[in-house]
Amino acid sequence: MSLDRTDVEKIAHLARLDIAEQDIQEYAENLTDILDLVDQMQAVDTTDIKPMAHPMDAIQRLRIDEVTEGNQRDQLQTVAPAVEAGLFQVPKVIE
Amino acid sequence: MEWEAVIGLEIHAQLATKSKIFSGASTAFGAEPNTQACAVDLALPGTLPVFNAEALRMAVMFGVAIDAEIGHISVFDRKNYFYPDLPKGYQTSQLFHPIVGIGHIDIELEDGTTKRIGVTRAHLEEDAGKSLHEEFPSMTGIDLNRAGTPLLEIVSEPDMRSAEEAVAYVKKIHAIVTNLGICDGNMAEGSFRCDCNVSVRPKGEEKLGNRTESKNINSFRFIEKAIKGEIVRQIDLIEDGHTITQETRLYDANKDETRSMRSKEEANDYRYFPCPDLLPIVIDDEYVEQIRSCLPELPDARKARFLEQFKLSDYDAMVLSAYRELGGYFETVANTAGDAKLAANWVMGELSKHLNQNDTDITVSPVTAEMLGGLLLRIKDNTITGKIAKQVFEAMWAGDGNADEVIEAKGLKQVTDTGAIESLVDDVIAANQTQVDQYVNAEPEKRGKMIGFFMGKVMQASQGKANPGQVQGLLKQKLDALAN
Amino acid sequence: MFEKTLAELAQGLASGEFSSVELTRSYLDRIKAEDGALNSFITVTETQALAQAEAADQRRAAGDAHAFTGLPIAHKDIFCTQGVRTSCGSRMLDNFISPYNATVIDNFNTAGAVSLGKTNMDEFAMGSSNESSFYGPARNPWNNDCVPGGSSGGSAAAVAGRLAPAATGTDTGGSIRQPAALCGITGLKPTYGRVSRYGMIAYASSLDQGGPMARTAEDNAMMLNVMAGFDPKDSTSIDKAVPDYTLTLNNSLKGLKIGLPKEFFSGEIDPQITAQVQSAIREFEALGATVKEISLPNTHLAIPAYYIIAPAEASSNLSRFDGVRYGHRCEDPANLEDMYKRSRGEGFGEEVKRRIMVGTYALSEGFYDAYYKKALQIRRLIQQDYVNALAEVDIIMGPTTPHPAFKLGEKSSDPIAMYMEDIFTISLNLAGMPGMSIPCGFTNGLPVGLQLIGNYFAEERLLNAAHQFQQATDWHKQTPAS
Repeated sequence: MSLDRTDVEKIAHLARLDIAEQDIQEYAENLTDILDLVDQMQAVDTTDIKPMAHPMDAIQRLRIDEVTEGNQRDQLQTVAPAVEAGLFQVPKVIE
Repeated sequence: MEWEAVIGLEIHAQLATKSKIFSGASTAFGAEPNTQACAVDLALPGTLPVFNAEALRMAVMFGVAIDAEIGHISVFDRKNYFYPDLPKGYQTSQLFHPIVGIGHIDIELEDGTTKRIGVTRAHLEEDAGKSLHEEFPSMTGIDLNRAGTPLLEIVSEPDMRSAEEAVAYVKKIHAIVTNLGICDGNMAEGSFRCDCNVSVRPKGEEKLGNRTESKNINSFRFIEKAIKGEIVRQIDLIEDGHTITQETRLYDANKDETRSMRSKEEANDYRYFPCPDLLPIVIDDEYVEQIRSCLPELPDARKARFLEQFKLSDYDAMVLSAYRELGGYFETVANTAGDAKLAANWVMGELSKHLNQNDTDITVSPVTAEMLGGLLLRIKDNTITGKIAKQVFEAMWAGDGNADEVIEAKGLKQVTDTGAIESLVDDVIAANQTQVDQYVNAEPEKRGKMIGFFMGKVMQASQGKANPGQVQGLLKQKLDALAN
Repeated sequence: MFEKTLAELAQGLASGEFSSVELTRSYLDRIKAEDGALNSFITVTETQALAQAEAADQRRAAGDAHAFTGLPIAHKDIFCTQGVRTSCGSRMLDNFISPYNATVIDNFNTAGAVSLGKTNMDEFAMGSSNESSFYGPARNPWNNDCVPGGSSGGSAAAVAGRLAPAATGTDTGGSIRQPAALCGITGLKPTYGRVSRYGMIAYASSLDQGGPMARTAEDNAMMLNVMAGFDPKDSTSIDKAVPDYTLTLNNSLKGLKIGLPKEFFSGEIDPQITAQVQSAIREFEALGATVKEISLPNTHLAIPAYYIIAPAEASSNLSRFDGVRYGHRCEDPANLEDMYKRSRGEGFGEEVKRRIMVGTYALSEGFYDAYYKKALQIRRLIQQDYVNALAEVDIIMGPTTPHPAFKLGEKSSDPIAMYMEDIFTISLNLAGMPGMSIPCGFTNGLPVGLQLIGNYFAEERLLNAAHQFQQATDWHKQTPAS
């Protein structure tokens, strides 16, 4: 599998990454190399093998439904880039 | 050409848990911005989700209620996209293994028949926060209090053919989730929202047309209007030779029209994959059976019981069974008063009118079911007339006490003293000689109608307190005596 | 003092030979003097450390000391630490003062440990050389021209350079074991789920596991006693009793069955490393163990599967760094999309961007089955290899890395060459079992690591074997010239 500039631009957009124009070619080559590396997997027949998403076949534990977290706004917003009137601020979203 | 609409609905019901689906922050509505968003809800680096047991129980309750398959293994997936009110950059949802599989509900159509609507699936997911676009001139404000509130997304089959059917389906789902107590059903606060998928095709055609999705409609009336408008829009476009674009549209209640959401036009690639921070949920039969055995009575069952037990009309039984609180209220009134028909009339009439006018929930009605039952008892035992009862109801609503206290305090007790009524009757007959002559000269079979005039006069003279039965009896007796 | 192990320092504190404040002060002074060359710390928390030391001394005076009370350690800068910058080696979090503590940090605080500061690391733990750190690479104390390994390179360099007696690390594909090997220290990646991931900034959630790094197996056991345990805040944490890992260190190795996977002794390996590892295995035989050859036939598929699973999870895990609620936000964004793209483009370094893009691609429409699902199926094959092998033997042994520490810059322009350095460590993260690296010799003056792999929750057995080896050898006592 070989990726070209358009692929890299498309992926970078999906991932919301600004990539410098002059770096696109190198990313395309790197990503192509990585995909060549992982393509070794395709030689293996994995029909009927159950995908393994977690190391142990553990099951989800349940949390009791109770409110344990109070208002921590002031503390949590100390690290926010832009806050006004308790709201996180982002450039205007037009719908 | 005759056209047929094909409608499928996605309903988002917020589950009525105390805390969020993956964190211990409160889900209460209406708090100050970001005061109910903890480190997990804000997706601080390193934070992790832990699944709320109550959200699971509620989702399974719904599945059991619509006779659906329950996924014995259910998995959370990540739906990846960037939006400022989506803190993790993905929504934890369920794509491949939803908790509730194929089920169905029955809706009643206008012609009295029922129609079965398939439910494709229902899955658990987390709600996003809110973007506030109007608060600031050049910025959008983000409030994450709602982020992480558990949602049950209920997806129907495209089985509906009209806006009316769609609304009947939404109302039925609404009735089920509120009866189960798993959703407060408050559409204005966004606890229950609906996306409508609509397409049209020539009648008889099998193939589906291109569909549009109208998002987040939050009232029954708007659902009906949005779908009707969309059907007309699509037919007009096709008849003018255009094709329908598959797109997301936004219903504008002010303009009563849907419009294309341009910002979301770009095809999204959500890159779903199983969430590695959460493990598969395993549900055994015992758990499901335990929930089945404690399931509260559902609207269809309650309606059947009301028909059988209280001999209500089909319409009354349907209305009164739709909501758990309304049904319970009605039953208390009916049992207290010992008259189901009278109870139904008052609950659906005077009570509902007051609740609507004052935007009051039945659970906090100032006139309790016991109070209304007590009032109806006084009608039944002739202490007051139905007309006076409305005055008493007003007073009870205003907080003046129960029926007996109001009747006593305002002296509204019905006059049943025969002597007192007889003198009123005599006065009226004496004062209206012209009408008496007409009565006397009329054919006997026409006199029945004419007596109403005298009834009105006597009741007016008694300020409504005279017993109408007694008045009518006396009037007939005396007038007929004059005629003969 | 700097040659003492944690266990020896604990004794010194208990006997009153020195106070925690004195001990902490000495290490802080040494960091000041030596870390200019090593760059093993991103943040040194002098004030907090001295306050913690003082509290520890008071606690000891009150007769309330835990085995760990007053011991100074360092934390990989991936563990969120309240009130302290937690950068994860990234410009993205250069301004992030964590408002909360990771469970691991809470556990050490409860035990009364002193935190000297936060150690350098590959950005978001993505790397095997520490060169992807926004704060510049940490250097190998054995040769400052060489990398310390990664991603927990700062922790390994600090411990090997005697700037801290022990440090925490995390291991997603070898990030504890590989730098431990390259710096000549002892490191343990526990069973997945043994140590809480809450507050440990996620790289690949289903592979990440925190663990100890120190000079000896005994010190690792002391660290793990504090770190391990069930955490209700982490759904993947395992609710299983934690033994006292120091109690079984002296068990005999008589009858211990060691398996040597033939795949770990073939291909492109430094022959000196093979020789040192084989000599270490003879030492285990002398201690009573028996040895047999085994096979892990799918080893060659570990790197391919890993480089789908880890980037896929990372691409999603790192979406939260969007400049909205914390972290880097670009100057004067023109609109929302511009804010996202520039904040992330500027905040993330090259390797992080590369892995996000690989993961994004692997999960995108039409490729899921061919890449992600396939990788998860291969993952099961790899796990089965280990399960089968560990049904026959108690511990699997082999080299931790195919080469010793390499020169700075040597592999940084060739991502694939860098990835291949993890060939022996990466499969274990896919399987979820515990593994250790212990020093077992030198090649050209650079340390060589021996890897020990055990079955799920076999940490006691690994630590016991490593400790017995260290009782019989002195590789772990070698000190780099400073």
